[in-house]
Amino acid sequence: MTDSVLYSVLLLVSLGVIAAIVLYIVSKKFYVYENPLIADVDELLPGANCAGCGSPGCKSFADKLVNTEDISELFCPVGGNDVMKMVAELLGKEVAEKDPTVAVLRCQGGCDVRPKTTEYQGPRTCAISAMVYGGETDCQYGCLGDGDCVKVCKFDAMYMDKTTGLPVIITDNCTSCGACVEECPRDIIEMRPRNKRDLKVFVGCLNEDKGGIAKKSCSVACIGCSKCEDICPKDAIVMVNNLAYIDPVLCTLCRKCVDVCPTHSIIETNFPPKKVKKVVEKKVEVKVAVVKEQIVTESKKSKTDA
Amino acid sequence: MLKTFPKGGIHPPENKITSSKGIKRMTVPKVVNVPIAQHIGIPAEIVVDRKDKVEIGQVIAKSGGFVSSNIHSPVAGTVTKLDLIIDSSGYKKQCIVIRTDAKNPSNFEEVKEPLKMDIKLEPKEILQRITDCGIVGLGGATFPSQVKLNVREGTVLDYLIINGVECEPYLTADHRLMLEKAEEIVVGIKILMKALHLKKVVIGIENNKKDAINLFKKVINKEDGIQVAALQVKYPQGGEKQLVRAILGREVPKNGLPLDVGVIVHNVGTIFAIYQAIQYNKPLIERVVTVTGKKLDNPSNFWVKIGTPIKDLIAEVGGLPEGTRKLVNGGPMMGKAIKNTDVPVTKGTSGILVIAEEEASRGEAKNCIRCGECVYVCPMGLEPHLLMNLSEKGLYERASNEDIMTCIECGSCSYVCPSHRPLLDYIRFGKNIVKKLETSKN
Repeated sequence: MTDSVLYSVLLLVSLGVIAAIVLYIVSKKFYVYENPLIADVDELLPGANCAGCGSPGCKSFADKLVNTEDISELFCPVGGNDVMKMVAELLGKEVAEKDPTVAVLRCQGGCDVRPKTTEYQGPRTCAISAMVYGGETDCQYGCLGDGDCVKVCKFDAMYMDKTTGLPVIITDNCTSCGACVEECPRDIIEMRPRNKRDLKVFVGCLNEDKGGIAKKSCSVACIGCSKCEDICPKDAIVMVNNLAYIDPVLCTLCRKCVDVCPTHSIIETNFPPKKVKKVVEKKVEVKVAVVKEQIVTESKKSKTDA
Repeated sequence: MLKTFPKGGIHPPENKITSSKGIKRMTVPKVVNVPIAQHIGIPAEIVVDRKDKVEIGQVIAKSGGFVSSNIHSPVAGTVTKLDLIIDSSGYKKQCIVIRTDAKNPSNFEEVKEPLKMDIKLEPKEILQRITDCGIVGLGGATFPSQVKLNVREGTVLDYLIINGVECEPYLTADHRLMLEKAEEIVVGIKILMKALHLKKVVIGIENNKKDAINLFKKVINKEDGIQVAALQVKYPQGGEKQLVRAILGREVPKNGLPLDVGVIVHNVGTIFAIYQAIQYNKPLIERVVTVTGKKLDNPSNFWVKIGTPIKDLIAEVGGLPEGTRKLVNGGPMMGKAIKNTDVPVTKGTSGILVIAEEEASRGEAKNCIRCGECVYVCPMGLEPHLLMNLSEKGLYERASNEDIMTCIECGSCSYVCPSHRPLLDYIRFGKNIVKKLETSKN
């Protein structure tokens, strides 16, 4: 009885010792040196593995950062300047500071403004319907509405709006990894600088058709009238193929173009509501003031009554 | 037992409603929109400008490269604009818009072309004439004919196969052409025999066109080297590789051409166009189009000028019936749904199919039940279910190794799938990506 216990214990112990020796030898023999810096840099990176930097994942990007001399061209869009600064400190290299960007949807052709003229019966992915034809509406430049961009977003920064049929970008979640830009067969998603308070002015249309045709297919299409180009004080707007494009670097966000656009195809985001023009204001003011006074007095009365 | 290809194939309902309707000449359209990319390869280059007056058969766009083709004006009239118009690809493409001159008699007079038997041109001149007249394969692929006929010296070439199969359901354009122009087609065959120094020709016709088979047997009675082969009715027998296998028993290599096994295949429509080009110097400006559909008042076959908007054709057969859901450019199997009725007829339009509501729905796609039907019917011996999954998951390299590029897009797999899976949609998509990846590699 004691023998069998002793034997089995001895057997297991000797097996363990042999395995330990083999493992030790193997680990010495096949040791691969890895720069410990790579692990440190990997620690700093966001770990989203989104491939927005061009490398397949954060680990390989860390490897690249450590092993390249000049890392000024490399950038992690998710971590942004903060992470890149920390990486630079750790590695003792220099990084270029980049303005943070955010994805914007350059199409406003929702169901209400861009009527459907045909019906697509094939598989519901933008990639295939773009291959088959110009889409269910008459605009062959705009959003196809099958949500390939939403499927590819790893940060829950996009969803499909059921009423308009267009994707919506949640700017706070967007890390500007660029996956949606890559995926969209129509190239309607653009990376634009994330200005202060996320203020943006951009043309929400990519229709290159002549004005009449564009307007017929979508009521908020850019008709190429060049009014915005004429009014822009900084020459930030260029017209190419009947389509306006606002250069994000030159644009000072003065919003003159927004007012002048006859089809409202220039989008402004996150600006405070505009003040009503003074002339109109004066006329209204009197009435408002009177009404306000009444309300104020009334409310005072009611207060005192109470 | 009749000849056919061994692997796969299906037999959809034939529905050849218009096979007894003679080819009528369509009224000359008021406006024609001639696309400059009607053939496979490089689009032609426009050589006319706005307000130019053009004559019938005048070159309006010149061949843009080696694999390209001339385009001629189908009517006499004035070029009103060079515009972007949606064609059967579903996208706006460059078109030359010509307004027909209502006063010019050449538009309306019917040219009588009696049979011309003797071939005067030399082989080189024949090939040059085919190039000049902008002849392309009229079976549907629209491959420029001169490129196909440009056989390098030293290539072994012993057979010419004439494709009169017309395996697509509904379509009868080739069938009618064979019945009405059999003698001309035989002369056309002789022209090609002379140009290519060929001795042996087989005309392949499916057995559902017995009248055409008998007629050809009569017409070629005296000729040497031309035979007629009656084939079992099976889709997609009209595919080049299937036809060569069916008639000669030769297997065309995976990514090869029939020329690799010493064969050239031409459609009967192309042969007739070649006949007209050589004997009458008439460029390719019109073709036979079947306008058909179960609910149409008066479906028929027409001689249609290239560039005629499809709405004119619809008007000719009595307008769109109520409950129309889909318009297809081509046959029901390989044709493409078109976006609106302004789409012009091109050199590759063999038919316009009007599909009613009850036939148009695709059915909801369900899970694959592993029945293997798609593998069984694939004429190329592929595994469509696997190719679909691979391209859906983005494994393009593996799809390429599984020979996705040999798919002929016949749609047999999607036709038989009991789960209505969009097999061909995804395979086509995968092919597109693989092609792009391959070109970027080279």
